[in-house]
Amino acid sequence: MVRALFALLVALAFGPTPSAAEEVVLGLSKDRVAITARFDGSDILIFGAVKRQAALQDDPLQVVVTIAGPSEPVVVRRKDRKLGIWVNAAAVEVDAAPSFYAVATSAPWADSLSEVEDLRHKVSIPRAIRSVGAPAEAGNSQDFTDALIRIRQANGLYQVAENAVDFREQTLFSTSVSMPSNLTEGSYVTRIFLTRGGNVVSEYETTIEVDKVGLERLLFTMSRQQPLAYGLMSIAIAVLAGWGASTAFRLMRQG
Amino acid sequence: MQIYLPIAEVSVNAFLLLGIGGIVGILSGMFGVGGGFLMTPLLFFIGIPPAVAVATGANQIVASSVSGLMAHLKRKTVDLKMGTVLLLGGLGGVAVGVLVFNFLKSLGQVDLFVTLCYVVFLGIIGGLMFVESLQAIRRARNPAHTPAPRRHNRNWVHALPFKMRFRASGLYISVIPPVLVGFFVGMLSAVMGVGGGFIMVPAMIYLLGMPTKVVIGTSLFQIIFVAGFSTLLHAQTNYTVDLPLALLLLIGGVVGAQYGTRIGVKLRAEQLRILLAILVLLVCFKLALDLLLTPAELFSIMPLGGR
Repeated sequence: MVRALFALLVALAFGPTPSAAEEVVLGLSKDRVAITARFDGSDILIFGAVKRQAALQDDPLQVVVTIAGPSEPVVVRRKDRKLGIWVNAAAVEVDAAPSFYAVATSAPWADSLSEVEDLRHKVSIPRAIRSVGAPAEAGNSQDFTDALIRIRQANGLYQVAENAVDFREQTLFSTSVSMPSNLTEGSYVTRIFLTRGGNVVSEYETTIEVDKVGLERLLFTMSRQQPLAYGLMSIAIAVLAGWGASTAFRLMRQG
Repeated sequence: MQIYLPIAEVSVNAFLLLGIGGIVGILSGMFGVGGGFLMTPLLFFIGIPPAVAVATGANQIVASSVSGLMAHLKRKTVDLKMGTVLLLGGLGGVAVGVLVFNFLKSLGQVDLFVTLCYVVFLGIIGGLMFVESLQAIRRARNPAHTPAPRRHNRNWVHALPFKMRFRASGLYISVIPPVLVGFFVGMLSAVMGVGGGFIMVPAMIYLLGMPTKVVIGTSLFQIIFVAGFSTLLHAQTNYTVDLPLALLLLIGGVVGAQYGTRIGVKLRAEQLRILLAILVLLVCFKLALDLLLTPAELFSIMPLGGR
């Protein structure tokens, strides 16, 4: 009791809100992921410490880490049987779904973040996906959002890892997030939340850049910016390869 | 060895791609077909997005057709005039095909349409070829029943206007049927990512009455341009041609084709045809099953606006 009071006093003395008393100092094993021709997924180690200007409180601190890829609108379609074959029938547009989303916590979900804070900061996967104005014809649009999450979880694009953040002495934390090989380019927003009793006491945000580099970059840019030249180049290479192969094999047979 | 494909945006095993190219190459060398009808479904199967598989498949066909055409040009078994007429129809067909493809993509039905095309055409061609080669084998067993070979069978094709002489094929026919055949095959090429040899060759023999020896060379000649045009349009409108993917496939393809040709020489023509028919029917059957059986996952995700 005395200690709690003391903590409160310290908090009042050192900052306008209690959250300022505990801050995240973050390190990343890499802040840039380069997609090269040999790219086959990447593990990112996220580690950091809690900087304190107050004494340790009784109620333990928890850490929630999220990484979100660039959001894009997607269409989720459901197949129905028509005339004996399975065809895409109903469709629901999801306004913004991150192409990649991983969330890791240092405790079971219920102890890490309250429902209200989840809603405010959009931490859990269903909250990270924004879907408004689903067409009425689709019936239950929740099924479609669930399917989106289920499919992307199966592909390793969406990950929930409870208890995956190693949190030592209420100070040092670390977790590792594995990014699959089918990543899209863009800025991956990385957020760290410090929570106490489900409430966010501090938040930190940084970005990890994921880019194609080298030949991958060159080809991708060219295909978008000079599609005609890219197409002609593809054909030229194909013609050369076909001609080269037949000539080479003829020479081999003669020689 | 994993390789990241910049346009398909997936990472796949490079040896797997070389292997697929090789297997398709062996078959195309054995049977004298482009093998696109096998390549595209195989690419779907390993997880290449359908739009990329179709466009890249077209590019790979350019390479294998050039390789094949070289041999035919040497043997002078190409009817360039007929090829050009077919080509004119073909280019129109490709343009329409890409429009159809993009329209269906916006409806979310492109996968269904492509699969349906495959099932229907592979089923028809495979079935016809199977029956025909069974009869050929039966005829070979008791030669008494061999019917007299009919040449220049006169049918409705010969009654059409705009006649033109095709010297290399020894034909004097209207240009309408070749233009239509070319148009139709061009459309299929754009939609299915195939050269259309498996439709073009029977159409030339049975519909146009061309002599068998010039059929494959002429078909290859026009397929190069049709597939090339198709590649260009897909690159232009959908940005879906993946150059590293095409390169790996065609390296496997051209090497495989050389071995395939050697295997082909050792087998008898009817045996070859019946094997090809079985293969075509198997692919057809597998694709049909996918349509008929309840899928494990009813839902699918597509980026809005497509790639």
